[in-house]
Amino acid sequence: MNLSRRQALGSGGAFMIISLLPIKGAIALSDEVQEIIDEFTAGSVPSEGGIILDVDEIAENGAAVPIGVEAEGASSIMVVAPNNPNKKVIQFNFLELSGKSRAATRIRLAETQDLIVVAKMKDGSFRQIAKNVKVTIGGCA
Amino acid sequence: MSAKPRIKIPKSASKGEIITVKTLIKHVMHSGFRRDAKTGEKIPRMIIHSFDASFNGKPIINIKLEGSVSSDPFLEFTMKAEESGELLCIWKDDEGSVFEKTAKLKVK
Repeated sequence: MNLSRRQALGSGGAFMIISLLPIKGAIALSDEVQEIIDEFTAGSVPSEGGIILDVDEIAENGAAVPIGVEAEGASSIMVVAPNNPNKKVIQFNFLELSGKSRAATRIRLAETQDLIVVAKMKDGSFRQIAKNVKVTIGGCA
Repeated sequence: MSAKPRIKIPKSASKGEIITVKTLIKHVMHSGFRRDAKTGEKIPRMIIHSFDASFNGKPIINIKLEGSVSSDPFLEFTMKAEESGELLCIWKDDEGSVFEKTAKLKVK
């Protein structure tokens, strides 16, 4: 192969950029966030999907962002806001008379971030999803 | 400063129906990270940290709240209507206050 210096530099640069891209679906989590999730899952790694997170893509007022979560067959659902000072937001534990594993509330979001929802299923497995929420005015979290 | 707990459920439901329960309570929900505008000192955490709902003594849901839940926390969930009776909701905050509210449901 006969590469010119310019071509060689160019292709090297492209390779660097590709290798820096995160793996699809995986989110880089801080140690603190990972600890919160590990505590909830007792160390098991959640699989992607199986949860509905109902939240607007753009939250105008970060002081009260309406969210709804649902995971069919879940016994617990936890919501984490990685860029809040209080990262763990809320945990719903569904008991005997609970109809569907569904709940809604209003939360504070300090800034734009990927909201993470983890669900513990009745069979002992775990599910996880993340959704980016853009915050116009940050809620004093 | 706090309380005025409220519950919203339908007056009646058919047996086996899944109904939606909406609750609201007035509470400052100080996250523990906010500072007093005048003194600049941190305002200690003062939140509703736990919520429990039951119907005729059978548990429906337990919720653990943290400082990232908005002030005057709104909570919505579902329950299975199996018999007529009373829904009981209990909120507990960091100062040891316990707030209770009940609502009646008729199951046909």
